[in-house]
Amino acid sequence: MRDDKDLSEIRSIIARHKLWDLIFMIIGVFALMIAVLTFMALFAHMLIEGMPRLSWDFFTSFPSRRPGSAGILSAWVGTTLVMLVTAAAAVPMGIGAGIYLEEYAAKNIITEIIEINVTNLAGVPSIIYGLLALSLFVHQFGFGQSILSAGLALALLILPIVIVATREAIRAIPVVIREGAYALGATRWQTVSDHILPYSAAGILTGVIIGLARAIGETAPVITIGALTFIAFLPPSPFQDEFPFLSFEWLMAPFTVMPIQMFNWVSRPEAEFQINAAAAGLVLVVMTLTMNGLAIYLRYRMRKNLKW
Amino acid sequence: MHPPVTAQSADAHSRPRSLGYSYRRHLGERFIEGLLFLMAFISVAITLAIVAMLVKESVVFFEQVPLWDFLTDTQWTPLFDDAHYGILPLISGTVVSSAVALLVAIPLGTITAIYLSEFAPFAVREVAKPFLELLGGVPTVVYGYFALLFVTPLLQKIFPELPGFSLLSAGLVMGIMIIPYVSSMAEDAMRAVPMHLREGSYAMGATRFQTAIRVIMPAAFSGIAAAYILGISRAVGETMVVAIAAGMQPNLTWNPMEPAATITAYIVQVSLGDLPHGSIGYQTIFAAGLTLLLLTLTFNIIGHLLRKRYREVY
Repeated sequence: MRDDKDLSEIRSIIARHKLWDLIFMIIGVFALMIAVLTFMALFAHMLIEGMPRLSWDFFTSFPSRRPGSAGILSAWVGTTLVMLVTAAAAVPMGIGAGIYLEEYAAKNIITEIIEINVTNLAGVPSIIYGLLALSLFVHQFGFGQSILSAGLALALLILPIVIVATREAIRAIPVVIREGAYALGATRWQTVSDHILPYSAAGILTGVIIGLARAIGETAPVITIGALTFIAFLPPSPFQDEFPFLSFEWLMAPFTVMPIQMFNWVSRPEAEFQINAAAAGLVLVVMTLTMNGLAIYLRYRMRKNLKW
Repeated sequence: MHPPVTAQSADAHSRPRSLGYSYRRHLGERFIEGLLFLMAFISVAITLAIVAMLVKESVVFFEQVPLWDFLTDTQWTPLFDDAHYGILPLISGTVVSSAVALLVAIPLGTITAIYLSEFAPFAVREVAKPFLELLGGVPTVVYGYFALLFVTPLLQKIFPELPGFSLLSAGLVMGIMIIPYVSSMAEDAMRAVPMHLREGSYAMGATRFQTAIRVIMPAAFSGIAAAYILGISRAVGETMVVAIAAGMQPNLTWNPMEPAATITAYIVQVSLGDLPHGSIGYQTIFAAGLTLLLLTLTFNIIGHLLRKRYREVY
């Protein structure tokens, strides 16, 4: 008789714990859903508010005092040009640093300092990069409040992302590849340029895309540099009719970028401007989500197809 | 660049360098190595430049404003005629908005992490993880828009006395924004706990919940703590959400229902204006930036130390 009682007691304990298991599982799904639903709400809100404003004119008009005819022409042109500078600076520097740390660096104190530094830089608030750029690029180097200053500031900001992605991609390549190359008499650089870089290209690309997506959405550092919020002209075109066909005057031009245009419209009290902000936000979110989605897809494909 | 292998290579065994060794080739290699080292060293140069620049501009500031006033004055009105330079109002705004954010992000981030690491079926995790990562990529200015024009009106239905700008709505949105950040790092820490600990626990008859709470959480403790601390650092340094949704008036308050400026929002506010280079107003943003850097640096260092610990255990 006592055994039966013990047994039922144990059963009730088990049942209780299993119930807790179930309860937690429901809470877990719920917690996950909060993040997901919030994003859905955000996207739906912008879609409902901003969709009616999205037209061809919105992309081809300058900002205006009349909200109905204002557009994002100078903003998306500015963003494109700033991204060119950012990519041109951050990609070679980030990949070079990643290669050095994985393939060349000796295990010594300098390497360790560099490594700690890269992790540390990733944690520095973005606005601090803006202050650095304001003091160093805008005033010290005399670049002014230009596309060049903004592009370089964002390049510094995403440098850790590119470095870390490069290192992870390189680290995934098995040692036998390097040993094979060395065994055939390749030098270190030949090994890197003929084997390591091509095999890690997809992984590095993933990091570069994620980094640039981050840079496109960054507002604070660009505000700190002093990007203007009202720009009703375009920077000089990089393409010229006569020799040498390319001009770099645009590097020094004043500019605005997408997130700043959006910020400017959000902070206005008129509801019409806030509709513009929703439309600009929609463009911005679609842009960054597409880039991030592409990166995640690339990584997924890579993991699936890659077998050493 | 590929020298033919000649008879010379016969003694490659004893002197491997003689195989295809040429002065020019060697020089090229050294040059490339030097170049790559410079690129890697740029990250150190950036850090040094950040510190040097902040300190340089702040020194000028502190020559005019005593450090003691900076730390104890309860007003921050550097642009007024009656200028006060007390950082406390900006600190209080930063602390309150971050606290609200963490009250959201830490519980939800932890539960999400436990769920994804210990409970979720494979298919759910495969979908949820990339999705959370996507959320982390949404620009912060968009979250600011959302806080001001969606969350605040919603909260005003619950608390009618809530002003149009408040630390509460900025903090709530910021918290949701950093959930993916906290949860992915905490989940990494939990998944790094070796399988045999779980198996041991299950073999003793523990449920998944008991295993998660009593075995996995303690084992991954330092990693989870690191996730929290890096989350704090993220919240403290966040700019656009607070600049848009919390108002930009410095206000010494501990009440999340009020509008207030954070350190970052102040820097944005000054940058939007047109302050001459070298004026005291211009230098205040560097003093504020230095304070911000010191705050986040402290959290980052603690976070990295904790993270290193859990990596070393297994």
